[in-house]
Amino acid sequence: MIQVEELTKDYGPRRAIDDLTFNAEKGEILGFLGPNGAGKTTTMRILCGYMPPTSGRATVAGFDIIEESLEVRRRVGYLPETVPLYPDMAVFDYLKFMADLRHLPDAEERVDDVLEQVHMTDRAEGYIANLSKGMRQRIGLAQALLHKPEVLILDEPTIGLDPAQILEVRNLIRELGREHTVLLSTHILSEAQQVCNRVLIINKGRIVVEDTPDNLQARLAGAQRYSLGVRGEAEGLESLVASIAGIAHLNVRGDGSLEFETVPGQDVRPEVARVVVNHGYDLLELRPIGMSLEEIFLQLTRDEPEPPQMQEEMADFTSADEEMED
Amino acid sequence: MRNVWTLASREYKLYFATPAAYLVAFVLLLIMGIIFYANVAGSMIQQFPPTIQGVLGPLMTLLLFVTPAITMRLLAEEQRLGTMELLLTAPVRDWELVVGKWLGGFLFMVTILAVTWLYPIFLNQLVNPGIDQGPLVTGYLGVLLFTASLVAVGVAVSSLFANQIAVFFATLGVFLFLWLINLPSQALGAGGGELLRYLDISDHFYNTFYTGIIDLSDIIYYLSLTALGLFLGSVFVESRRWR
Repeated sequence: MIQVEELTKDYGPRRAIDDLTFNAEKGEILGFLGPNGAGKTTTMRILCGYMPPTSGRATVAGFDIIEESLEVRRRVGYLPETVPLYPDMAVFDYLKFMADLRHLPDAEERVDDVLEQVHMTDRAEGYIANLSKGMRQRIGLAQALLHKPEVLILDEPTIGLDPAQILEVRNLIRELGREHTVLLSTHILSEAQQVCNRVLIINKGRIVVEDTPDNLQARLAGAQRYSLGVRGEAEGLESLVASIAGIAHLNVRGDGSLEFETVPGQDVRPEVARVVVNHGYDLLELRPIGMSLEEIFLQLTRDEPEPPQMQEEMADFTSADEEMED
Repeated sequence: MRNVWTLASREYKLYFATPAAYLVAFVLLLIMGIIFYANVAGSMIQQFPPTIQGVLGPLMTLLLFVTPAITMRLLAEEQRLGTMELLLTAPVRDWELVVGKWLGGFLFMVTILAVTWLYPIFLNQLVNPGIDQGPLVTGYLGVLLFTASLVAVGVAVSSLFANQIAVFFATLGVFLFLWLINLPSQALGAGGGELLRYLDISDHFYNTFYTGIIDLSDIIYYLSLTALGLFLGSVFVESRRWR
């Protein structure tokens, strides 16, 4: 349904996406996971016909995104990151306007249908200006569903929703995924795990990992990170802990506590505690550290055996992220 | 063409939903009313009949200032709201978007102009045996063509910025430039002066339509300017995609 080959986009000197190649089959929900500025929105905009790529090619529903842009746009439902709504219009009028632009023969019926689908029928006459963020998000989604598109492209569809609505939208997306091909972007890992059949992790415009959520989960569960703290001076502790088998990536934090990662599949906590206490330290803390998305990226790329330059790239990941948010 | 109509009718209806458009129309009619009153009173004192030119002249000048206020929203607002992304990913061609916006704005201007017909009607009642119908008809034909070209230029400028104030002043600047461009023509002598006079947007009105004459070359001038505005607008919108 979606085929992307060597897609590259430059904004002036900055390369937003770099040589992306992937595809999505019919009835598949493909998750685009990455930090802000990773190139998710750029990729989606290109696939929707909003802007052309610098190089590379892509087809959506069998049509070339550059040569047959209008055909692509007829078959794609798109929810941009900032939900595009006219505050001065009533909900029904807005959706009717979008339906008319798509030449739907049964425009009013379709508007009623999609309003039902996103549970907004009771607000049809209300002005968009008076809607909450979550409601706007749902109207944006309704707009993308109007023409029963073959391909749905959703840029951060659950952002700004309350937990109940998030569940609702996720269920809706899963439901839609049965008939439509869905490409959705998110920076919430668990969301990708729950909703998607396949996940693409993208950073700095490149695909870092492509896998099913279950496999990703397994990779993540394999290794764990812990924080270790002792009372007083921790001299010699670092080399002591480093000598324990099954420990990788040890480093000392500013407050003197240690942070270490274990080799996948081994729980070394009892051993660490024993060694530390036996050497006369007062063990205060030994706790697992939850992984932020950035750390998961680091983790995933470190586990990746082949591309060595990728690691470097991931190392300046945080600074790049800040830069791109500007 | 269907898309053009869909876009234009949404735009037209939206003018009636916002206070700004009413205000602009109100100010136009108010100032015209004051000038109209002054004209009629003045001509009564001086004992000569008031003419339709007393309506057309101020109307033309006021349009220079009113049109940017009406057109500034057209594409700038879409960019500010982010709905540009929606329109550019809908199955709508760039020129359909621009022409739709132009038509919506133009129809609203025509609505305002229709209301200004009140003044010629009053005038007709006041003057015995009625006003000269020739300049009235050609005058309003000229005003319509003039407005069509102003709105087209306005749409093109509106595609350049997301800020409406910036669009207003840029549009006004372009209008005044076109309005005053023939001022240095006398100093330039025959060749250059001729060109400047041809480019001038007011020359094509005051020498002909204003006095009851219809000249094809003036109609062509205004239609070309309209087409140029719409073409540039489409180019600007398309160029957004490449940024």
